[in-house]
Amino acid sequence: MPIVSLTNVSKAYPSRTPGDAEIVAVDDVTLSIEKGDVFGIIGYSGAGKSTLVRLINALEPATGGTIHVDGVDVTSLRESELRKVRGGIGMIFQQFNLFSSRTVRANIAYPLKLAGWSKADIETRVTELLSFVGLSDKAKAYPEQLSGGQKQRVGIARALATGPAILLADEATSALDPQTTHEVLDLLKRVNQEQGVTIVVITHEMDVIQTIATKVAVMERGRVIEQGDVFDVFSAPQNPASQRFVGTVVKGIPSPAELSVLRERHRGRLVTFSFRDGDSSQAQVFLDLASAGLDFELVYGGINDIRGRAFGHLTLAIRGESAAIDRTLATIGERVEVTEIAREEAL
Amino acid sequence: MDRLQELAPEFWAAALETLYMTSFALVLGGVLGLLIGIILYVTRPGGLLQNRAVSMLANLAVNVFRPIPFVIFMAVAQPFARVVVGVGIGTTAGAFIIALAASFAIGRIVEQHLVSVSPGVIEAARAMGAGPLRILFTVAIPESLGPLILGYTFIVVALIDMTAMAGLIGGGGLGAFAQIYGFRQFEPVVMWAAIALIVVFVHLVQLLGTRLARKIMRR
Repeated sequence: MPIVSLTNVSKAYPSRTPGDAEIVAVDDVTLSIEKGDVFGIIGYSGAGKSTLVRLINALEPATGGTIHVDGVDVTSLRESELRKVRGGIGMIFQQFNLFSSRTVRANIAYPLKLAGWSKADIETRVTELLSFVGLSDKAKAYPEQLSGGQKQRVGIARALATGPAILLADEATSALDPQTTHEVLDLLKRVNQEQGVTIVVITHEMDVIQTIATKVAVMERGRVIEQGDVFDVFSAPQNPASQRFVGTVVKGIPSPAELSVLRERHRGRLVTFSFRDGDSSQAQVFLDLASAGLDFELVYGGINDIRGRAFGHLTLAIRGESAAIDRTLATIGERVEVTEIAREEAL
Repeated sequence: MDRLQELAPEFWAAALETLYMTSFALVLGGVLGLLIGIILYVTRPGGLLQNRAVSMLANLAVNVFRPIPFVIFMAVAQPFARVVVGVGIGTTAGAFIIALAASFAIGRIVEQHLVSVSPGVIEAARAMGAGPLRILFTVAIPESLGPLILGYTFIVVALIDMTAMAGLIGGGGLGAFAQIYGFRQFEPVVMWAAIALIVVFVHLVQLLGTRLARKIMRR
């Protein structure tokens, strides 16, 4: 059974000017998140992903559909019951949202106090969390004395304090530099692997999805337009918006503009080979081309790795006898996807 | 100078009256104002306990009473003072009326500082499962405590200013002293002595408030 499941969920806000149509932030979304997943939700700003994540812990009430969290339908609960549900879901934020009037220790202790823990238990737990996030020496510091990465680590410790089964990360690394982003993502990975916490990651950066997510949903204008295993979406995005996102981290098939540059620089037929999950087939392609006596060079593309599985697109310029090229491409086409993107230009 | 020495007992009595009225008004007005400010803050649209009717009523009350010039407010509030503190004139009645007038202004100041607490921090507390009152007392107020103290400091200065006018209803104080024994009797030294002491009061209060706020805000 999924730990979080959304069925035909919508969220509409009344328009600011009376008479106008309501603003639909989340439109008929259905998705399920399995226990132990790192579920990425990607979309441009305004796509509705931040609203979607707030529906899960009911910070915002849904206006349609049902949302089950750990078997409980949160859309049917009263506010006082929702508070209990929220206590069991951790959340971290882009701007960290630490209490500036409290020390690091008191920030992490806050949810434990809410949950009614004893003073001694709080003390032990906070110490344990501080060491988990590597900030034992900062217990007495105030948030403004910390760097962005440290603040987010405090945020993570605070969100994990009560031992929630789910952690919601709303653009948790968007305010951080690339180096710090990876430190925080590594920490989240540990949270997922060592503590078995299911993580929902909201982001507009494909790099974040590639680094930690196992599943991904692509959102556009309130709708989920594509979802699935990260490897599948990355290696073969179906939707134009997903292709754009994947294109930000994966060099795929050259765009028309890139193609004309390639065309100017390289002679021969330009052919893109798309590989999925097979390093061996890559070597075989080169072997086939070479043994057919064809002249070729790599002009565009790259090979990516997602959790040990490789995929990518390589564009080669191939020169030689036209019939030989056709024969070889046909042979190769039996094993990998071959797309001829430009034939020899007529000189 | 001789005249000031002759008037020394009245001078110090007036100083005490000013202190009494200011602290009385600060405590009563401060509490009332805090209450008004909290009501304005929590009931506003999108607030912790949003409530359109209460919000409108509270805003209406503040907007009706706050613009009344204090000189006129004193006269208007006299019957009310008579009901609550038993008399309509004198130092305590003056202090009571000052507290009343100040509470509306304090309410706005409290509201403003509470509103400026980052919505993200409030949301974080909600996400942890905290209820509205809990958030108010353990997040919103502590997060804005530094600015709140500066706001109260600002108000104390305004209170001292108001005590000067309380002389009109027999409230006494340094303001009345400066007016009666200094200004009207052509005794500049007496007048300036009273003014100097008021300045000292204001300065001390400001110093204390700034220090306290600095300590809480750690900057």
